[in-house]
Amino acid sequence: MAEAHPVGFQYVVEAKNRGAKIIHVDPRFTRTSALADEFVPMRAGADIAFLGGVVNYILSNEKDFREYVVAYTNASMIVSEEFRDTEELDGLFSGFDPELNVYDQSSWQYAGQQHMGQQEGEAHADRETASGLEQESHGPPIPAGVPRDPTLQDPRCVYQILKRHYARYTPEVVERVCGVPKEQFLGVCEAWTANSGRERTTALVYSVGWTQHSVGVQYIRTGAIIQLLLGNMGRPGGGVMALRGHASIQGSTDIPTLFNLLPGYLPMPHHRQHETFQKWVDEIRHPEQKGFWANAESYAVSLLKAYWGDAATAENDWGFGWLPRLTGDHGTYQQVLDMIDGKIKGYFLLGQNPAVGSAHGKAQRLGMANLDWLVVRDLFMIESATFWKDGPEIATGEIVPSECRTEVFFMPAASHAEKEGTFTQTQRMLQWREKALDPPGDCRSELWFFYHLGRRIRAKLAGSTLDRDQGLLKLNWDYQVHGDEPSGADVLREINGYRVSDKSVVSGFADLKADGSTACGCWIYSGVFKDGVNQAARRKPGHEQDWVAREWGWAWPADRRTLYNRASADPEGRPWSERKKYVWWDPGAGEWTGYDVPDFEKTKPPSYRPPEGATGVEAIAGDDAFIMQGDGKGWLYAPSGLIDGPLPTHYEPAESPVVNPLYGQQANPTRKRYAHPANPENPVSAAYPYVFTTSRLTEHHTAGGMSRQLAYLSELQPEMFVEVSPQLAAERGLEHLGWAHIVTSRAAIEARVMVTDRLRPLRIDGRVVHQIWMPYHWGSSGLVTGDSANDLIGIVLDPNVLIQESKVGTCDIRPGRRPTGPALIDYVNDYRRRANGDQ
Amino acid sequence: MGTNSLYGPLDPASDAGYTDAPPRMGFFTDTSVCIGCKACEVACKEWNAVPDDGFTLLGHSYDNTGGLSADSWRHVAFIEQPAASSVDALAVAAGGPATPDFRWLMMSNVCKHCTHAGCLDVCPTGALFRTEFGTVVVQEDICNGCGYCVPACPYGVIDQRKGDGRAWKCTMCYDRIGDGLTPACAQACPTQSIQYGELDELRERARERVAKVEGARLYGHDPDDGVGGDGAFFLLLDEPEVYGLPPDPIVTTRDLPAMWKRAGLAGLAMAAAVAVSFLGGNR
Repeated sequence: MAEAHPVGFQYVVEAKNRGAKIIHVDPRFTRTSALADEFVPMRAGADIAFLGGVVNYILSNEKDFREYVVAYTNASMIVSEEFRDTEELDGLFSGFDPELNVYDQSSWQYAGQQHMGQQEGEAHADRETASGLEQESHGPPIPAGVPRDPTLQDPRCVYQILKRHYARYTPEVVERVCGVPKEQFLGVCEAWTANSGRERTTALVYSVGWTQHSVGVQYIRTGAIIQLLLGNMGRPGGGVMALRGHASIQGSTDIPTLFNLLPGYLPMPHHRQHETFQKWVDEIRHPEQKGFWANAESYAVSLLKAYWGDAATAENDWGFGWLPRLTGDHGTYQQVLDMIDGKIKGYFLLGQNPAVGSAHGKAQRLGMANLDWLVVRDLFMIESATFWKDGPEIATGEIVPSECRTEVFFMPAASHAEKEGTFTQTQRMLQWREKALDPPGDCRSELWFFYHLGRRIRAKLAGSTLDRDQGLLKLNWDYQVHGDEPSGADVLREINGYRVSDKSVVSGFADLKADGSTACGCWIYSGVFKDGVNQAARRKPGHEQDWVAREWGWAWPADRRTLYNRASADPEGRPWSERKKYVWWDPGAGEWTGYDVPDFEKTKPPSYRPPEGATGVEAIAGDDAFIMQGDGKGWLYAPSGLIDGPLPTHYEPAESPVVNPLYGQQANPTRKRYAHPANPENPVSAAYPYVFTTSRLTEHHTAGGMSRQLAYLSELQPEMFVEVSPQLAAERGLEHLGWAHIVTSRAAIEARVMVTDRLRPLRIDGRVVHQIWMPYHWGSSGLVTGDSANDLIGIVLDPNVLIQESKVGTCDIRPGRRPTGPALIDYVNDYRRRANGDQ
Repeated sequence: MGTNSLYGPLDPASDAGYTDAPPRMGFFTDTSVCIGCKACEVACKEWNAVPDDGFTLLGHSYDNTGGLSADSWRHVAFIEQPAASSVDALAVAAGGPATPDFRWLMMSNVCKHCTHAGCLDVCPTGALFRTEFGTVVVQEDICNGCGYCVPACPYGVIDQRKGDGRAWKCTMCYDRIGDGLTPACAQACPTQSIQYGELDELRERARERVAKVEGARLYGHDPDDGVGGDGAFFLLLDEPEVYGLPPDPIVTTRDLPAMWKRAGLAGLAMAAAVAVSFLGGNR
């Protein structure tokens, strides 16, 4: 955190000064470890074993916050008796289809709901379209009315299943799998549990490298299970917080730059699953489900009204037919392989430098070199704009500048200080940004670019009667402009939503209607322009208001600063403790009140129980704190919504020198693989004996586009380097400040050697495992240049959200520089042949 | 100039002739909360338009600046300290202690703005001067590049810029503090490792802090030290030498009066001898 989020780390330092104990778990000793009270080194890629060990510690020592767990989680729900756990099937859950490598999820359901489970065909389609991402704002569908055992004794209740599943994650096993000594591990468990309960809460804060694994979603799930068991969700000082890689990553999924989502986590329609508007809406809201998601039709219609205005009518299904359709996996990595295969003609890159920043840099560059056109919008001439003349493939002859067919259009971009708009951070808080100065020269904002691109395309298509052009021609493309710059505030007003009749802004998503009388660009952001005021621009200093600071910025949904805050009160609506008082039921006034906006119907009493057969909002009981979940409960066990299993399970990374010590199943069986000649995988082989991981340095920004062009940053970390322990240096003959090269089946890259005690060999399952660390900031252009660590990484993805496994892999490291020219290709290929030979 | 102007405690601004000077301002750099982000180095260069000092990987842990110089007025030192008994990590992997007391110390160094500033004492042009805030600043339009100040600094801070010849160093952002602003480095520091304020108050704050942090000591806070106390002082977690700081700095001009006295006597004696020889010659 100190490395990649130094500004946020000030609060950790402040907490430490107030007596907090800081524990840092990481493969290497970083600037964060330097300030921590305790550093816990562990093996990269073994996180579920570690966290599963914490779950086991909590359950076997009965350290869970029992009243919270019974009331607010699904611990008491009874699961189908057809369910079989990894304990019985050596690392697989019941329903595995070895042909498609997905599960038939029927047996994972709650008792009596087996018909709700996904068949393997649906699960396959969901993996292709990363449908797990839709669950950012709500849980996956589940019907109301589940059999429960509040005593938690039924062997088929979630609590008992959880207990059996994690029973083997003992401290001894954690030591064997992660390399963390038992005593040290128990110290972490004790600290975490001692700081949770009625009087205290613990926040779990992670940085997004944690997600970049073939079991990435399950890493986060394990953290969520612990936080639920300890009663740390929906309460002040608790939660699971993702520290984003840069500004507004949260915003870019809320109003998505992803292929499979529309604003507010509405799914992009799939050509087969959502043939009609009604099918699309029903799939989102599930008529038999309880919770606020039941109003999905209002959100969907209002979005289409925002897109197409008067042209969207009940008769034409609000223009549903004009929305693009998914036909399968259109994720960034599938696209890159399609580019190599010549299936894609054009590509837009906005503020992204995949030639350096994405996994398998060589595939990225070869793909981009095989397009008709490429548009790059960035602050500088980044590698993704210049790869055709200075990429590493020029030397190897794989790209010949005079023959490269891609026409590159470089559009200079305005920086964040040169345009107005919002950033949305990890707390889901929108903060408005004023423009500080005009962008230089031809640099322009994204808003300007897309507004005028749309305007010009529409002018070119004017008069066309082709069906395919109607969606563009009928767009509501009318924004206030200052000069030729569209007004960001005007766009934010549309995002907030308005009444079609008089353009008056709505106050929140509860005002949205399914009859076409409202338009709203993103339902979860509705309320950000409440009362015609840009709420995101509020800037009352912290010392002038209470500690929740609700007059700073605006948080979705409905300006709630802590989600599911109904859980901060006990089932009867009383605060769990005076110290952690946050939102509570006021019996006198007959309403929920507190420091935050209650995340609950204002006047629904804690004692409310839904009538038989109720659905939607009416079905939410007075103690269903997790109101966006289909059953109103926080999920320890996920009966649906996850492709790779209802419970997180330790699998080895796709490339690991270690045989899974826990199960016969080596890696995530449902991980998304791409069998393509450009994407070879490292076999388990003595040829690639070491574990490597990558991350950022404070001095540089991601793929370097914003830092390697600046002298004041470049001088601070001027060269690509690789960190190794003194023991590994001795084993391989590496010299401090000398050269070394690192080899995988994709690439060999070179770096200067840093021998440091900050890396340590670990003892894993009876043998010594060495870990190597590299930063990934360098490329071929800029003031300082060097080989890219991401060139080493292959393409293998988490099945739920299609994120790449880029934080762990296997490699070899050798002293000296790598070969150059065509000899480099031979070198990498020879290694791979040898590795495959000695399998 | 008072008798103790070159040594011992005093208020430098009033000593320099300011009447009604504002309180003496300073830096308290608390290295126990430094996270080595180097925001101070960058902010300093941005504000003061200091050039980069080259793109060289030094291999001194994460320090690629190397030290204070004409082109680096803040410098973050990184010290990797293995456990006292060199720990065998393979033995650790085999089940030894998991966290040997390895430390990674970080410290943002800067000009000390000494009470008795050797650089200022030796400057022949008056380019170096004492500000009303008690700080020491070089005026770039007056400096003639003689370089006398460079060996005069007991900390090795002030330096001549290559290709320019003039002396450059931290001004404590003289052009900011006069307007009531915080110097760029302290403003940018995310963890308040660099604190700027009235020196008296900072010394009080440091006294409280040092009592709380295990193994901490103050450096440069004492008006009775060899430079009369620093305007920029530090809380360290180890001996000064570990951070590359002199353990017992003494203003290089401390003995100047005595030396002049002796030189004067020698001169007189010489003159007398010459006179005597002339007298002798006349005879």
